[in-house]
Amino acid sequence: MQLLAETATSTGEAVQFWVLGTVAVIGGLCTVLLRRAVHAALCLAGTMIVLALFYLANGAYFLGIVQIVVYTGAVMMLFLFVLMLVGVSAADSLKETLKGQRLLAACCGLGLGILLVAGIGQISVGGFTGLSEANAGGNVPAIATLLFTRYVVAFEVVGALLTVAAVGATLLSHRERIERTKTQREQAEERVRGGVQLPPLPAPGVYARHNAVDRPALLPDGTPAELSVNPTLRQRGQIREVGPEALASLAALEQRTADHHGRSREERPRTQGNLPEGHGGSNLDEQEAPK
Amino acid sequence: MSPINYVYLAALLFTIGAAGVLIRRNAIVVFMCIELMLNASNLALVAFSRMHGNLDGQIMAFFVMVVAAAEVVVGLAIIVMLYRARHSASVDDASLMKL
Repeated sequence: MQLLAETATSTGEAVQFWVLGTVAVIGGLCTVLLRRAVHAALCLAGTMIVLALFYLANGAYFLGIVQIVVYTGAVMMLFLFVLMLVGVSAADSLKETLKGQRLLAACCGLGLGILLVAGIGQISVGGFTGLSEANAGGNVPAIATLLFTRYVVAFEVVGALLTVAAVGATLLSHRERIERTKTQREQAEERVRGGVQLPPLPAPGVYARHNAVDRPALLPDGTPAELSVNPTLRQRGQIREVGPEALASLAALEQRTADHHGRSREERPRTQGNLPEGHGGSNLDEQEAPK
Repeated sequence: MSPINYVYLAALLFTIGAAGVLIRRNAIVVFMCIELMLNASNLALVAFSRMHGNLDGQIMAFFVMVVAAAEVVVGLAIIVMLYRARHSASVDDASLMKL
């Protein structure tokens, strides 16, 4: 009969459940569907905060705070750190290595969902007994009492597990340096022997319109120098190509300048000229390595 | 509102996480989906705890959190090591135990 007393929850909790539940499910779906790992991590952090609110609403005050501190505070930030380490620009490839794997996986997920929902639908639940009795002396003292009496062995084992995990992580991510570090002279000699770019790389974009570093510099023959832009920018597709119309407008500008100064056509410096033999930037590569 | 709604939500989140583990290739995202599954189970445990009026469910959820934290630490260390060895965090590339 005590069950009947607390069978119904308040309307406020129902509203909270439906609103926050929708947010949690959307966050979970975004975690799975968004291509960039950083976006997925942020969506997961949002879902975890919503779950913390659910814990608080269900009378698990200690767990709610621990969820925010440990999960969103520590674990998700650890994820973000590793993402920064591994490379943020690395998006998931859309190429399927196994044929139809995505479709099959989605079907399996759907099947699992149907099984779970059908299984839960079989049971009948009276309602909440409520934690007012168990939480009488406060949620944290009640949990502490249980943790240090009935579950004390599990608590100790978990403590040992955490210690082992910390040692294991340090051991795994530690790298012993086997070979001697190269001196600066040795590095320089190696570069010369390898015949790679010896002088500093050419400076990027000369058209300071917005962000000049995303514009390749122009070689004397009018072709963009590929070496002058950061490879990361090119990988992300953030490099601005210097198209023929930009070159044409540059030529027009120079023509106007020449007309203004009353110079003749021949004197005008050559910018947009004959097509180069090699591709842009190649003449920098072609430098002979000194013997 | 019936308390079973919390369990339904937990089941839904668990399913989303499981599908994510199967679909995604990036090892870090796969890991995050596992975290989502663990969190979903925690939500169910907390709801059970309130249903039955005792705190054992919350204690279990607490242990799940601790074990998940340990798992994340070791797993991320392994991913960093794999990345160092192969310069990729894709689970497709890790087809050999050794280089």
